[in-house]
This record gives sequence, C-alpha cells and structure tokens, in this order.
Amino acid sequence: MAAPHRQTLAVWKFASCDGCQLSLLDCEDELLLLADRLEIAYFLEASSAIVEMPTHPYDVSIVEGSITTAHDTERIQEVRRRSRALITIGACATAGGIQALRNFADVEDFKSIVYASPDYISTLGTSTPISAHVPVDFELNGCPIDKRQLLEVIAAHLAGRRPRVRAHSVCVECKRRGTVCVMVAHGTPCLGPVTHAGCGAICPAYDRGCYGCYGPAESPNTAALSARMAQLGSDEVDLVRVYRTFNAGAPAFREAGEAHEGGPPRSAGRGA
Amino acid sequence: MGAGRQTRVIRTDYLARVEGEGAMYVRLDGREVAEVKLRIYEPPRFFEALLRGRAFTEAPDITARICGICPVAYQMSAVRAMEDACGVRIDDGPIRDLRRLIYCGEWIESHSLHVYMLHAPDFLGYPGAVEMAREHREIVEQGLQMKKAGNAVMALVGGREVHPINVRVGGFYRAPTKTQLRTLQDPLERARETALATVRWATELPFPEVEREVELLALADPDPDAYPIDRGRIVSDGGIDIAPAEFDEHVVEEHVEHSNALHARIRERDVYLTGPLARYALSSQALRPLAGEAAREAGLGGVCRNPFRSILVRAVELVQACDEALALIESYEPPVAPAVEVTPRRAVGHGATEAPRGLLYHRYEIDEDGTILDARIVPPTSQNQLAIEQDLRAVLEANLDLPDDRLALRCEQTIRNHDPCISCATHFLQLTIDRG
Repeated sequence: MAAPHRQTLAVWKFASCDGCQLSLLDCEDELLLLADRLEIAYFLEASSAIVEMPTHPYDVSIVEGSITTAHDTERIQEVRRRSRALITIGACATAGGIQALRNFADVEDFKSIVYASPDYISTLGTSTPISAHVPVDFELNGCPIDKRQLLEVIAAHLAGRRPRVRAHSVCVECKRRGTVCVMVAHGTPCLGPVTHAGCGAICPAYDRGCYGCYGPAESPNTAALSARMAQLGSDEVDLVRVYRTFNAGAPAFREAGEAHEGGPPRSAGRGA
Repeated sequence: MGAGRQTRVIRTDYLARVEGEGAMYVRLDGREVAEVKLRIYEPPRFFEALLRGRAFTEAPDITARICGICPVAYQMSAVRAMEDACGVRIDDGPIRDLRRLIYCGEWIESHSLHVYMLHAPDFLGYPGAVEMAREHREIVEQGLQMKKAGNAVMALVGGREVHPINVRVGGFYRAPTKTQLRTLQDPLERARETALATVRWATELPFPEVEREVELLALADPDPDAYPIDRGRIVSDGGIDIAPAEFDEHVVEEHVEHSNALHARIRERDVYLTGPLARYALSSQALRPLAGEAAREAGLGGVCRNPFRSILVRAVELVQACDEALALIESYEPPVAPAVEVTPRRAVGHGATEAPRGLLYHRYEIDEDGTILDARIVPPTSQNQLAIEQDLRAVLEANLDLPDDRLALRCEQTIRNHDPCISCATHFLQLTIDRG
C-alpha cells in the first residue's frame, strides 16, 4: 500500500543507448510494485507526466549517460541541485562509455567521418563520467547494469542503508557459479580477474572470455593479466583493444590500455 | 505578420515515451503549416568513427551499444555484413534458426514495450503505463508478462536481455541444449495467447481515419513463407528490388541543420517508410497462418497505410514472433559447432536485417587481418525521419482547429506511431509548434 509520503524517483538521460534505464522497465515483475512504493516523478522514457518539485529535491535521481556537450555540463549541475541522492547507472555515467573512445582521438576527425556537415554538430572533445562534474552518491557499474542490482540500489536508498553491491572481481562469481575457468582450461583471454562483479559471470558460462563491460574491480592487477594474455597470444594491438571498450575511460583500464600503446602495428594496412 | 495571419508555435522540448532524446517544433502561419521539424538532439556518439581500427569480430558487441532497445538487430546486421565480407553464408541450419529465435525474442520484447508502455497510453489518455496501470492494471500486467517472455528468449540464447554476449561473427559462443530451449515453451505459449488477445484489444481502439501515400520499404525473405527478419532483398511498393549491397546506390543520407540524425531518402525520388507497416504491406502473405488469421479478423487487409493502426500491426507481429519462436524451438537440433570459422580478407560486406522499428543496414570495409577500415550504419529512425515529418504535416493540416495542447498531443502521438528510436538515430529528433 502506498505510504502517505512516498519518496520520489527521477530518471535522467545523457549520452547513452537507453539500455540501462530500460533495465528499470525490464523489471516486469517489480515495476508496478515499485510504482506503488515510490512516486516515479520524472521518467521521460516511460511517461510524459512530470511531477515538478519546486521546493523539494527528488529523493533519488538515477542518471544514465555521459557528458559530451557543453549544454549537458550545465544540465548535470541542475540535476544535482534538484536531487537528494544521485546514483549513476552504467558504464557511460560511471566511466564515459564506449563514446569515450573519442578521448583517445581527435573529435574533429570523428565528426567529419560521420557527418557531411560537421559544423552542424556541437560536441565536446571528451566523453566524461558524471563524477567528473558533480558529487555522486553511488555508482552502479555495467554495460548494461544488472536489473537486480538496480532494484537493490533503489531499495537500499529507500531504506536508508548501503547497497549490497560487491567490488570484487568476476572470478569470484565464476567460482560461485561453478564455471570452469576459460583462461586456465581453454587458454581463452579473459578480463574476469580485473573486472568488477555484478553481471553474474555470464560470458565464461557461455564459453567466452569476459570483456570487461562492468569496468575495473577494486585493486585490479592489469599488468599481471596482460602478461598472461600476451603469453596466450595477444599482441599489443589486441591488448589495447581489450581494455579500450565500454569502460575505456575508467582510470585502471585507461592506464592498462596506454601501457600497450605504441607497439608495432601488426600490418601496414591497419586503419586509423 | 499580416492581419488574420496569426502565427502559432507548438513545441515539445522533450518528447516522452520514445527511446532517446528528441523534440518537436512546428510553426503555423495562419492556416498554413510553415515549418515542421523533428529535432534529434541526442548527443552524437560517433560509432562509425570509433569502429575504425577495431577488429571485425568486435563489431557485434560495439554496435549493440548504439541501442539498448534493439541490440540484437545491431548484432545481426553486423554479423551478416562481416560474414558477407569474408565470403561466409549462414542461410539455413541451427545457427540461423538460433539467430531468428533470439531476433524473435527482441521483437517480442520491443513490440510489447511499445504497444503497452509507449503507445497504448496515447489511445487511452494516460501520460504513461504506470498511470494507466492505476485503472487498467491487468492490461499493463499482461503486456509486461509478454515482454518478459521476449526477454527470457534473449537471456537464454544471448546470455542477457540488454546487450547479449553470446552472438559472434560465424554464429554463437555456445549453443543452447534442446532441454534449455524447452524451458521457454510455457512462457512463449502464454505470450502467444496474450498477443492474440492484444490484436483483439487493439482492434477496438479509436483510430483516426488517415491514409499515407508514402513508399514502403522493407526486406523480403527469399522463402515466400518466411516473414522478413534476418535476411533478404530490399524491396518497396515503388519498385525497388535490390540486394543489400546496392543500398548505397538507391538511398542517400542528407545532413540537415536541425538534427544530429542523417535523413535518408530514395535517390532522385522521395521519402520512404520502413518498419511494421512496410513489412506487413510487402510480406503479409508470408505471415504464419495464426498471425495471418489474426490480421484478417482484425480487418487489416493486405496493406495498412494508417500509422495510428501500426499498434495493430505490431500486435500481429507479436503473434508472428511468438508462434515462430515456438516452431523454432520445436524443431531445434543443436549445431555440431556453435559457430563456423570466419577468416578475414580484404573486402567490403553488407548486412541488412529488420529491427523491430525497421530496416537496419550495415556496411563495413575490412583489411586482410580483419581490421575495420570504414563503417556505415543506417538505422531505421533516420530512414523514417522525413516520413515522420511529412506525417506531422498532414496531421497538422487536418487538425488546425484544435487548441495548442491537444494539437501538440496529437503530434506527439503521430511521432510515437513510428516507434522512433532516437538513440539509434543519432548520428542520426526536438518538437515545437510555432504559431507565434
């Protein structure tokens, strides 16, 4: 039953694919119950109704996406001002996302590759996480986030406790799941040892190495992992690529990628 | 501004219940529609640029991130294009069946989301599904359960609902067992019943009587009994019949100032529409008997040119996707190996598949070691943007006497009729009506 003063939830979007906020709508069994418990005051993907809160901030703001435009650097300040707790969801909001690959290139080149009239496009040279602009109360990793973790984070904030979200590596999840190690048993390169848990170790369970979509775990030993992957046959180009995907802007992965940059190109014809 | 020529501006700065960030701007000069703009201000993410220098095997995972609503579509167009470049064809057998199965899962998930959460509130007069659920809880719940069945297919075959991890160039990392797929039968049978009920429910919705004369373009499967999803030639009711490799010769993309999306049109002709209305018009004879029967009972005829009734066509496609998924599971025998070997070579490859909201075209040029040299991605919403603007213009002309707020609402519904996915369309929409 609805409490007399329901807490309010707002969902905000910056540069992203919408997949993380879709995770909220993917809570098919919990969505309507959640809407009974709290007021979804601002969620454009789901409703045109906006509950304006002129004097009170939203109790919980969920932010998806990274900051890539001058306008958005201002909008995120406004979101922060209007939010009691600000939670970022996903690799874009937490590390800059796949679009942070521009941070390693010249954005003017990027514009002219995609658009016939690059002058029409206004964008920043970088894609940066929300925490680079405003204080963030909690960051939920993943590309995409795990919906059960999202529900846990929302429930924890409603209850005023810390979310039970562990920062250990994907390896622990594989052990718990009983998955045979794909790197030890099959020599498949795997980012599991340095990647933040949360997905439930899906890739190794599908005979594939982890590709790091949950970003760095706490204290990741990327140097040791890179050395092992090199023994398994990864060259410098491969090593740059594996760290430089959806969490390329996360410091530990950025540094690991940079450590292998400048190696000899594999073939003369390799692209830009 | 002359006497009697009042100018009205109607604008919606943040379009709701669409995927991604767009706005509408309309300016009316007296009784003349002076300007209609669907603005895509979703910030550009430069996928075609950042794909350069990556491995050909990375394209399905990277391009999935263009859209959280239809990642499988991106993965499927990417793998087809890469296989085309490498001279590999997977046109029958269990790997293709699994691809169609996971794609059916995405159609079920995406169409359920659109029909129940995004589109239905327009017809029933609610701002969103959560508000609608306060008075029509059982309707929203059945939509959510159908959506859940689609997600279950994606999670089982693909590893997870959003950005599945199991799709690769050449096939899959791991093929499911027969026993695993059988666990999907119960939820899919219930979803099929819900889809049939959805067709009957949607038939009763109040539809404005409109007909749009726009060229309809979609894939057509070479098998006359297969509804287009994952392969085929690109055909239109205006006479186009081309291989995906010829797409560039027939469709041009233009960059206009008000949008971060590129507008597509048929070269030296005009706008066209892709999506459920186009697929249905060009391939309704290929629907499975159950879906074809549901369409007949709903009075859809062979062609539906009323975008408001697209909800009905999506409901028919939900029947189709559930029924086909069940048939695929019934006949499934696991492949000997989950993927075929794909060896890169210096070449250009093309891939076109049917995302829930329309044709999705990929073209890649790769080097002999598989490095991507050039990428081109044409999503459905950038193809539909001009048709949507044209549609808005027609709706405005027919409803000039409505007050601004109701006119804005009608315009927004006109946009949602096409299930635009703005996250996709960037490179690829802002709605404002200006009568001022």
